[in-house]
Amino acid sequence: MQLPLVLDLLLALLIGVGAGFALIGSYGLAKLSDFFKRLHGPTKATTLGVGCVLIASMLYFTFRPGTGGASLHELLIALFVFLTAPVSAHLLVKAALALDPGARPAPPQQRARKPGV
Amino acid sequence: MIVATVLPFAAGAFALALLLNLYRLLRGPGLADRILALDTLYINSLALLVLLGIRFGTAVYFEAALVIAALGFVGTVVLAKFVRHGDIVE
Repeated sequence: MQLPLVLDLLLALLIGVGAGFALIGSYGLAKLSDFFKRLHGPTKATTLGVGCVLIASMLYFTFRPGTGGASLHELLIALFVFLTAPVSAHLLVKAALALDPGARPAPPQQRARKPGV
Repeated sequence: MIVATVLPFAAGAFALALLLNLYRLLRGPGLADRILALDTLYINSLALLVLLGIRFGTAVYFEAALVIAALGFVGTVVLAKFVRHGDIVE
């Protein structure tokens, strides 16, 4: 594979950043103490990491010598992952709250309303 | 070729991420933790497949990654609904 240097650097940066994000998200999933804290790692960091890797793949298969035209396969996967990650996170939170209703935090205290406001 | 040097390290990072997910899947105290770990496992393996596609220069792996993305989402939704309602189809 022969790519221009700038593209090579960009691909390496995207792949490195993506792998780092995925690793950080998974480490958060393994490390944090509570389910609702653990949910942050995969739904944000790991999804971003996958997005970086998919962009790198898109660039590589578009500018690789011997292929004509843009490669839009990855756009499909990226769109799907970015659409479904919040939905599954929301459903998981609802499931966790149904399993353990005591985990729901107390509603904030009603403040006394100032007169005239 | 910088990409070829970076790719093995990235694949190693993803493999480590998969191991961390597996730890949470086996260990996780609650049912929701396990479902979340399974969902993350799907997403990480999808990214690993895309990396393999770059490494070997073939587009064959995309279809596998797409199928994993679709089935992973459906599996997570079904498991979460089953935990919540005790039934999949309402």
